[in-house]
Amino acid sequence: MSLDKNDVRRVAFLARIKVDEADLEPVAQDLNNIIGWVEQLAEVDTDGVEPMTGAAGMVMTRRDDVVTDGGDPEKVLSNAPDRVGDFYTVPKVVE
Amino acid sequence: MSYIIQGDTGDWEVIVGLEVHAQVSSQAKLFSGSPTAFGAGPNSQVSLIDAAMPGMLPVINGYCIEQAVKTGLGLNAKINKTSVFERKNYFYADLPQGYQISQYLHPVVGEGIVTVDLADGTTRDIGVERLHMEQDAGKSMHDQDPKRSFIDLNRAGVCLMEIVTKPDIRSPEEAGAFVRKLRSILRYLGTCDGNMEQGSMRADVNVSVRKVGEEGYRTRAEIKNVNSVRFIMQAIEIEAERQVDIHESGGEIVQETRLMDPVKGETRSMRAKEFAHDYRYFPDPDLLPLELTDAFIEGLRKTLPELPDAKKQRFMDDMGLSAKDASALVADRESAEYFEAVAAASDPKKAANWVTNDLFGALNKAGLAIADSPISAAHLSKLLGLMDDGTISGKIAKDVFEIMWETSGDPEQIVEDKGLKQITDTGAIEAAVDAAIASNPEQADEIRQGNDKAIGWFVGQIMKATQGKANPQQVNQLLREKLKG
Repeated sequence: MSLDKNDVRRVAFLARIKVDEADLEPVAQDLNNIIGWVEQLAEVDTDGVEPMTGAAGMVMTRRDDVVTDGGDPEKVLSNAPDRVGDFYTVPKVVE
Repeated sequence: MSYIIQGDTGDWEVIVGLEVHAQVSSQAKLFSGSPTAFGAGPNSQVSLIDAAMPGMLPVINGYCIEQAVKTGLGLNAKINKTSVFERKNYFYADLPQGYQISQYLHPVVGEGIVTVDLADGTTRDIGVERLHMEQDAGKSMHDQDPKRSFIDLNRAGVCLMEIVTKPDIRSPEEAGAFVRKLRSILRYLGTCDGNMEQGSMRADVNVSVRKVGEEGYRTRAEIKNVNSVRFIMQAIEIEAERQVDIHESGGEIVQETRLMDPVKGETRSMRAKEFAHDYRYFPDPDLLPLELTDAFIEGLRKTLPELPDAKKQRFMDDMGLSAKDASALVADRESAEYFEAVAAASDPKKAANWVTNDLFGALNKAGLAIADSPISAAHLSKLLGLMDDGTISGKIAKDVFEIMWETSGDPEQIVEDKGLKQITDTGAIEAAVDAAIASNPEQADEIRQGNDKAIGWFVGQIMKATQGKANPQQVNQLLREKLKG
């Protein structure tokens, strides 16, 4: 797998990261180096190994359905740059 | 009853699939301990997890898992013993994480079936594609300030079940029937309160059209966040018409997200940005796969209540009710329980009549839910008992019902207080009959000459004279004996 300039432009847009036009090519090169490095994993023989999403040999912990949090808008809003009352505000979202 | 749109170039049919979001009725959110109650002050039900502060880790609410599995069982669906939470990535101001934790390739529930009841008494099976669990987003308000949008994260992180149908729905009526049936099942199960006004249930409606007889599907449009059964049906009608017009004028349908405007009676494009549908799902590294054991699933299966379809069948088979009455009674759990309480001590058919006609009629007129009925099931049952044992006539029962509706009183007490007991004393009735004959000699002669129609008139007079308390059959019989015997 390898990325070209257009892939990088698209991925950068999706991630809302600004990448200057001049930097697209070198970033693509960097990313391709990383992908190539990770792709070495494909050399491992995984025939008959169950696919998995994590390596922790444990069952997911569950919480009880009990209210233990909330009730403190001051804490939640303490970093809000532009609060109005107990609301966060953001530049107007059109539609 | 197929739904056909007559275009200039021929007949079109509509293809609809629904994605229903149903809020799990849990105390706490899906991955945090903050509360889910409706109507709290802004940002007062938010934990640092919901606000996506750095370093916060989600821990799943076990109760939410149970409700999703229960719902899957109620939809006759396959439960997947392994499912995976993934991140659905997009940016929006009311989604502080920058992604929604959802399920994608491996949902907790697979294919199922919902049988819907249509107005003509027929039923139809609508396929369920899947059910998965996900987080709700926060709420944006755009009308509070000219330059800013206000964000309230109270809903952020609340557990939703997204229930996706197959593209099996062929008319607005079927879509409405599906949503009503689904809501009924969820309420029976107690997994979602089904309250559409408060947003606990809302639907995205996928609509496309095709010529009758055509194979395959044409491009569809999705109408987002429709929050009532009526609007869902209306959205399908409007959108199907729009698409037929576009096809017939040589245009092309764009696959896009649209909004329903019930006031203007139109759908309009949300002008979704390019790439908006590239969500780049990947397994959430903060969460392990959700593993369910057979014991867990079977344990939940044992807790399932009798669901509306089974209840309807039982009402028809064991109690002899018509399909129409049975459907009306099982539509919600409270009505069914009310009816069963009334029917326990009297003839079920009679009980069904009184509940579906008199009670539902009065409730509808007053805009009340069955839970707010001024007449309790115990009292209505008692009223039927008073009729059965001949204490009051059917006609008087209607009057007593009216008084019960006004006062919530005990029918026995009402009958006693108002002296409404049926006169069973033959002597008293005979006296009333004699008095009526004596004061209406002309009509009496007519009967003697064979005009039976006048008997009805006499019965009416005597019932009036006894304030409805005489037994009409008895009056009828006495009249015949005296005038024709």
